[in-house]
Amino acid sequence: MRRKILGAAVAALMATGPALADLTIVDTSYRTGPYAANGIPFSDGYQDYFTLLNERDGGIGGEMINLIECETGYNTEKGVECYEATKGEGALVYQPLSTGITYQLIPKATADGIPLHTMGYGRTSAKAGEVFKWVFNYPANYWDGASLAVKHILDQNGGDISGKTVALVYHNSAYGKEPIRTLESLAEKHGYNLTLLPVDHPGQEQKSQWLQIRRESPDYVLMWGWGVMNQVAIQEAVNIRYPMENFIGIWWSGSENDVKAAGERANGYKALTFHNLGSDYPVYDDIQTHVVDAGKAAGAGDQIGTVLYNRGMYAAMLAAEAIKTAQEMHGTAAINAAQMRDGMENLEMTEAKMAALGLPNFGPEFTVSCENHGGNGFGAVSQWNAEAGEFELITDYYQSDQEILAPLVEEDSQAFAAENGITPGC
Amino acid sequence: MFYREAGDFKTSYVDDSQTFPIKFDRYRYYVVLLIAFAIVPFVINDYWVNAVFLPFLIYSIAAIGLNILVGYCGQVSLGTGGFMAVGAYAVYKLMTGFPEVSIFFHVIAAGGITAIVCVLFGLPSLRIKGFYLAVATLAAQFFLVWLFNRVPWFYNYSASGQISAPEREIFGVAVTGAETLPWAAYLFCLVFCAASAILARNLTRGMAGRKWMAIRDMDIAAEIIGVDPLRAKLSAFAISGFFVGLSGALFFAVYLGAVEVGEAFGINKSFLVLFMVIIGGLGSIFGSFAGAAFLVLLPVLLKNVLVGTLGWPTDLAAHLEFMIVGGLIVVFLIAEPHGLAQLWRVAKEKLRLWPFPH
Repeated sequence: MRRKILGAAVAALMATGPALADLTIVDTSYRTGPYAANGIPFSDGYQDYFTLLNERDGGIGGEMINLIECETGYNTEKGVECYEATKGEGALVYQPLSTGITYQLIPKATADGIPLHTMGYGRTSAKAGEVFKWVFNYPANYWDGASLAVKHILDQNGGDISGKTVALVYHNSAYGKEPIRTLESLAEKHGYNLTLLPVDHPGQEQKSQWLQIRRESPDYVLMWGWGVMNQVAIQEAVNIRYPMENFIGIWWSGSENDVKAAGERANGYKALTFHNLGSDYPVYDDIQTHVVDAGKAAGAGDQIGTVLYNRGMYAAMLAAEAIKTAQEMHGTAAINAAQMRDGMENLEMTEAKMAALGLPNFGPEFTVSCENHGGNGFGAVSQWNAEAGEFELITDYYQSDQEILAPLVEEDSQAFAAENGITPGC
Repeated sequence: MFYREAGDFKTSYVDDSQTFPIKFDRYRYYVVLLIAFAIVPFVINDYWVNAVFLPFLIYSIAAIGLNILVGYCGQVSLGTGGFMAVGAYAVYKLMTGFPEVSIFFHVIAAGGITAIVCVLFGLPSLRIKGFYLAVATLAAQFFLVWLFNRVPWFYNYSASGQISAPEREIFGVAVTGAETLPWAAYLFCLVFCAASAILARNLTRGMAGRKWMAIRDMDIAAEIIGVDPLRAKLSAFAISGFFVGLSGALFFAVYLGAVEVGEAFGINKSFLVLFMVIIGGLGSIFGSFAGAAFLVLLPVLLKNVLVGTLGWPTDLAAHLEFMIVGGLIVVFLIAEPHGLAQLWRVAKEKLRLWPFPH
């Protein structure tokens, strides 16, 4: 008996029997742990869009999509395990939704020849496509985010913020540290003072940081937070009666579950975004009929239309469009990972394309090229309306300060190339 | 029937005091080594190495290290994660600072550096014991993680604060970096793991180990019979730190390749290794391996069974995995407080008499 169990166990451990053919997409999600509140809606949106394509259109170009979910818990060790377990099944693209896991996967995926799409997170300098051949971070990255936030502050002050103080409350990890360099360069250009306030993982304890904010009362507070850290920070800001309209979060700190806990007084909190919000789009009707009503919604199916659900769906849509581009380029429906990379590198998102997909005016227009894997850095500012219970866009899409960012990207990517012996080139 | 001394005559002291005095046990040990060194490298792939063997071997080294401190010398430590971080950052600084030296020596040097740091944090053990020492080592954990996050020199001023291992070779075969072949990474860690186990086993059988155990059992009595507590305790901290440093260096350089200190070497890591030691069996080298296997392999196995075979939703499986592993830990501690090593000892006793127990 024992031997039988052991045998079954070994067989199960070896069970990596690939379901070949199909277009395999791996969703490395996290539905457990301190970041689950943010991981669940993103994963639901990502999966629902592919389910919609399977149900409504019969896949992409006649090939069905085979979606594999793997739980990482936002943990790098589990992320590596997920990657190794699924890469053999012909995964076309990875979307780890974790900057830590992204850093792990950049060398591995490059060696294995599988593209990574780190949409609005990950290593910013991956924008330099001639160095990071397999990594894409369109349509915007953290440095764009930092610049967009500062631009918004400039707008509010009539273009002059010299002598103002800006505090950055950040997750003390690779993710949170990303914008510091850009904010420092921008501080030199615009003459504001930058205060750095790190918050350690997972971010439940922020009393001292907010005490310091209360004492120094900076003119603006920026936040690079994720998971439970967002909720705590917004609650603390409410507690010290910090003016919410001067509190701006990155796009990962601006979802409903981050602000709802703080109640009415979180009204006016701002967050950046690189796609549109709400569920007032034709594609949602299709999702309702083909996915939700058919009982095929991922997770509990209660996240539809939230900010992070939209973002997950947007990521899936961009992946699907890259697959279509790759199929056209190579004249085959069953593409492989290398062809997927070509599709991503030649992706072109236009208004007409998005409107045809049932997502008119959903995101900025951008094109990807071999030199530029990061899009054009357009984003917008959204603001929390507590009464209506939703984030609303308060600006149009505007571009980040490419004059400052381009040399930084160049410098960081060249350093990476030198460190790893990569010859940049297209 | 098995594990019997009958017919196994010893004619010299060397024979009599060898590590595995029973012939059957000795041959089993040789077979395990043969399989590990000569067969496994030919059959493993990326998944087996990265999800199963590397974590098992590396955590085994960490568990051996902590077992020397907690199991043999009786000094409770909650600083393992921090000490692993010292090993990781030491090997990173050495790899980037002296690229011409072989990674093999860098890993050993990282162990040495960790040993020194561990002795520094072990100094309070001369004055405080038990829970108070646990708190002192907990301070080491938090201080070290804070230090590596705070001082940019440790991560070579990289923008993200991450450290990532450059590619390094041994005899022309890459053992770190993305191009590493699975068998190379496996063999590299296996060599360190086997050497650590043999070294630790012989240290604990010799005078050093007996001194540690004397301190553990009753320090005042040990002092009266001539054991110097200063030397015994600090040597336990040093040797434990050496092994933990090795494991931290391998964990970063070979297994993960890129590391963020707060996430990879947080307090959770300290508890994980401590649980390995407790579940495996305090004061047993075999127990270190058993504990590491239990806590590394069981979650992977459960995940594959629940998600891969039964097709359950991943979040349900992840939650259930916590419950099953947690439940099993409780069951084990109640049913066998001395850990898996004791179970193994009992099994051996049974096997001696099997199939005629009377």
